[in-house]
Amino acid sequence: MEKSSEYKLLRLQYKLAPVYFLGPALIMFGLFVIFPVFRSIWISFHHWDGFGTMTWAGLQNYRRLGSDPRFLTSVKNNVLWLVLMMAAPIVGLTLALFLNQQIKGMRVIKSMFFFPFVINLVVIGLVFSWFYNPDLGLLAEILKWFGIKPIPVLADENLATYGIIVAGLWPQTAYCMILYLTGLSSVDGQVIEAGRIDGASGWGMLRHVVLPQLRPATVIALTVTVIGSLRSFDLIAIMTAGGPWGSSYVLAYQMYNEAIFNFKMGYGAAIAVILFLIMDVFIYFFLRDVIRNEER
Amino acid sequence: MFPTPINKDSHALRAIYILAVLFVLMIWLLPLVAIISTSIRPGSDISSGNYWGVPSRFALVENYGEVFNPARSPMLKYFINSIVITLPSVFFAISISAMAGYSLAIHRFRGRIALYAMFIAGNFIPFQILMIPVRTMFVRMGLFDTVWALILFHTAFQTGFATFFLRNFIVQLPFSLVESARVEGATEVRIFRAIILPLMRPALASLGVLLFTFVWNDFFWALTLVQSDRARPITFGLSALKGQWLISWNLIAAGSIVAAIPSVIVFFLLQKQFISGLTFGAVKE
Repeated sequence: MEKSSEYKLLRLQYKLAPVYFLGPALIMFGLFVIFPVFRSIWISFHHWDGFGTMTWAGLQNYRRLGSDPRFLTSVKNNVLWLVLMMAAPIVGLTLALFLNQQIKGMRVIKSMFFFPFVINLVVIGLVFSWFYNPDLGLLAEILKWFGIKPIPVLADENLATYGIIVAGLWPQTAYCMILYLTGLSSVDGQVIEAGRIDGASGWGMLRHVVLPQLRPATVIALTVTVIGSLRSFDLIAIMTAGGPWGSSYVLAYQMYNEAIFNFKMGYGAAIAVILFLIMDVFIYFFLRDVIRNEER
Repeated sequence: MFPTPINKDSHALRAIYILAVLFVLMIWLLPLVAIISTSIRPGSDISSGNYWGVPSRFALVENYGEVFNPARSPMLKYFINSIVITLPSVFFAISISAMAGYSLAIHRFRGRIALYAMFIAGNFIPFQILMIPVRTMFVRMGLFDTVWALILFHTAFQTGFATFFLRNFIVQLPFSLVESARVEGATEVRIFRAIILPLMRPALASLGVLLFTFVWNDFFWALTLVQSDRARPITFGLSALKGQWLISWNLIAAGSIVAAIPSVIVFFLLQKQFISGLTFGAVKE
């Protein structure tokens, strides 16, 4: 009798285990991450200044986007970020191949190359703003050697975004490099040897033997780079605050600006929803892989 | 190995390679070298245009002293705020994620893959779609402009990545350990605490250093959830001081170094854990 009631209790705690093990995480994640997503979508169908009452706006906020020149600049710049940031996996792979040698002290050197990733973007933004500074920056100094006049990169509406992207590439490349270095360290040596015997070398070896083995590293490098480029906010806030004349806006920055400074919560939320929808495409592909692996 | 290892016997080739590596490294770290060299320059060098030459005087103590002097700048307060925000966030996020990760890895209930997918997807969400509701919520709770707002939010948000990470680690542990403990009549809480938790130590260390740098380096949430000096972390503080110090680049440089250094130290002390955490999944199993 006593034994069976003890057994029942054991069964019960086992059955309920997912509830109390997952409970705290689900409450926190649900309250501060999942619920706000839906709330933002709801807000995007309203006019709201953040204090007073919300009034229904239907699709008005979304219709306005199409004729807002700032929104179009933001979209254009986000595409630019997305495309140019793809240099990070490429340069990262190149650096990884360059550094993949077993020589004493190489570990320390590799971690020095990784450095930029650890530093926060505020500092990176400051360092680069100052690097570009036409009066006292290093860039002006270097250009002087070649007899070229200083270029005020961040004050030039045609160059500002490019200047910020270069700053963004620095830590992102470091991240991709470390992914590829880890990938390279686990490349199957026998396959490489077999390739050598078959006469593969250099480019051919890289393309047909090494790269396929680096696929997992490539998938992660591309995912984090895409996400990173769509999320770009910190560097823009620090380096140009969207200027000059709004030329370096991206969706993330415009959303922040509309909500915090213009008190247009509904319009800001609509921009956030657009950004979220773009991101969903990438989330979908990533999750599809993960779930497929799970169900196997 | 690919590329072909450099011939061990050819000293000339090795020397050339090492020189090439050092040269590329120097260019790669040039922005950092520049900021370090500026942070030890006296202000008079900056105003007289000596930005890149030999510093006229070694002003390390002077500049960093100025940055940390509470009477002259709130940097020390920002630094303390960052610590007060980061350490509890990392601790809470890891604690609740370890439990959630255990359940998602071990218990076979319906909908577990959907929950797992939800935690992963949460990671990729653009911050902006959370901004207005989260900000409004903290205003209503009376926690806006306090370190608590940042601690609660970071704990919640980092739970996504942390749960994903720890679940994948626990899945790889031998399930027979759990099964035999169950046969012996151990409760789930006991199995988690006595068997799984000790085995998770390496994963917890990796995750700890990663979350530390993520939270320490946050700028967006500091900007959105906090206003005054009493709760500002160092990233936000530094960006605010940029306006105040305007042309005192030596002080901005010193402040930047101070803001960057904790993550750098954590990285160097726990390099192996950091990189294994960051690159998990980059290697074929």
